[in-house]
Amino acid sequence: MLRYILSRLGQSLILLLIVSFIGFAVLTLAPGGPLSQFALSPGMTQEQIDKIAAQMGLDRPVVVQYFDWMSNLVVGDWGTSYRDGQSVLHVIGSHLFATLLLMGTATVISVSLGSTIGIFSALKRGSAFDYATTVFAMVALSIPTFWFGLIAIYFFSLNLGWLPAGNMYTVGDGSVLDYASHLIMPAAVLALVDVAIWSRYMRTSTLNVINQDFVRTAKSKGLPRRRVVLKHIVGNSLVPMITLAGLQLPMVLGGALVTETVFTWPGMGRLFLDSLGYSDYPVVMGLLMASAILVLVGNLAADLIVALIDPRIRLD
Amino acid sequence: MSSLTANTPARRPFIKSRALRRFLSHKLALIGLIMVLTLTAACFIGPFLLPYDELHIDLMARFAPPGTGGHIFGTDPLGRDIAARLFHAGQISMAVGFAVMIIATTIGSVVGVVSGYYGGKVAAVLMRIVDAFLSFPSVFLLLALAAFIQPGPVMIALIISATSWMEVARIVEAEVKSLRNQDFVQAAHMLGLSNRWIMFRELLPNAIGPIIVAATLTVARAILLEAYISFLGYGIQPPLPSWGNMLNGAQQYLQSAPWLAIIPGLAITIAVTGFNFIGDGLRDAFDSRAQGE
Repeated sequence: MLRYILSRLGQSLILLLIVSFIGFAVLTLAPGGPLSQFALSPGMTQEQIDKIAAQMGLDRPVVVQYFDWMSNLVVGDWGTSYRDGQSVLHVIGSHLFATLLLMGTATVISVSLGSTIGIFSALKRGSAFDYATTVFAMVALSIPTFWFGLIAIYFFSLNLGWLPAGNMYTVGDGSVLDYASHLIMPAAVLALVDVAIWSRYMRTSTLNVINQDFVRTAKSKGLPRRRVVLKHIVGNSLVPMITLAGLQLPMVLGGALVTETVFTWPGMGRLFLDSLGYSDYPVVMGLLMASAILVLVGNLAADLIVALIDPRIRLD
Repeated sequence: MSSLTANTPARRPFIKSRALRRFLSHKLALIGLIMVLTLTAACFIGPFLLPYDELHIDLMARFAPPGTGGHIFGTDPLGRDIAARLFHAGQISMAVGFAVMIIATTIGSVVGVVSGYYGGKVAAVLMRIVDAFLSFPSVFLLLALAAFIQPGPVMIALIISATSWMEVARIVEAEVKSLRNQDFVQAAHMLGLSNRWIMFRELLPNAIGPIIVAATLTVARAILLEAYISFLGYGIQPPLPSWGNMLNGAQQYLQSAPWLAIIPGLAITIAVTGFNFIGDGLRDAFDSRAQGE
């Protein structure tokens, strides 16, 4: 087990190195570059820009800059924001909770709802319900998240007035109920696409399990149908879903970015957009890294959990 | 037919017609095809039938609701006809979608066939790069690219392609890897055919089914991604309309002029759903195992 964990950890680290290099190269080599914001100020001469570049070490070769940045990153120095001089790690940290809360809630909604739909359509394969959920899933996959958010705001906030249209809490309130009323709409909007994906995969996974020998054995032993479904079928078809949850992370994170914008949710997605607007390179780069780390850690955790609970997976 | 044509491996036209037959008997795929064709026709013919063009500004007719004053979908904050803008935007959004399909499918196929054919270290390096690109939330990477690069339709198509080729690469790699040791490849080696010939003339055509499916889904994905980044203000720039940037300012008028948000979003949903339905139908049509044939 230890060997398996170490080798997976090693793979993730290598992947993270490649990811960081791609991100760094993309941002550094893009036309304009980190200095574009200075070039815009009136009265700035080329000489002064060169001076700033030299001061910030931006005149060195990309590879040297990368190693410099990377070695600082490892010891926890992610640079300082151009915008307000705060440390990047601190800025990201202060937005992490909101994003994790939104993503976590959305995942709980999509996993529970999506799996239930998937199991029922597999058990009643070919029924009207099965067909309807197939069509629903494909349409749901095609709706732009942000547009669905706008429509939800139009109905539930502007017309019915049931839910607040944005932000994470009301200033001066901040009770759990207050948080919940702000959370429910963006989380549901973010979950929509994932409900569709989960229901499809869960359906396939359940169909695979239904045809296995141990299910037939359980049935022929005379176990009640409810027990066979709940214990033998659902339990086993959920295992591949853990891996899927890890693989879905980049999509959920990307969806969170747009959802946060529509609902003015104070998370990493909004921070990313704000930082782009200010050409705040260190924060943009830090967020790219943070999202990649989040994704890789999620995948790693998913693989380890699967290895722990599924005895069929050989670790050596 | 002469006996000669009957004996030559008539494999491809036969499979093609069977696949076409399956595709046409797939209800969702047909609905998708109709949705896409209708929308395309509307976008390319519609502008000629409308009384206004997409840049005509009429400040006296700002926020006209749909159906008033000859504006079937109403007008925007500058009094421009939304129908005209919607159709024009459709041409651009769909052009971006198809451009991405061609570029991303080409990159993905080349990467996939090379790593599938050579295997070993080449494959290890290439597929790690694929994994690395998949670890970024693509919207983050897209926005970072779009924000620092001069965004025009061509540039937008290029950067969406840069984040959309990995799926095809994976599919082609798996397919080629499974075909690499088959007899016809051995025969090609024996004939002294070059590696390039074997990869692109012998192996790649065998993976054409999954590639076409992935390409169709890529169009859907590209239209969606263009809408995302244009909505956030980093994609296609006004006055050039795209379905995404028509939604860009819509949120602030949600209460007074909801049609600004509803109409372009519906167009995106119809287009993307259409392509997804077609992709699903093609998958069933090409997948002989699922049909038991």
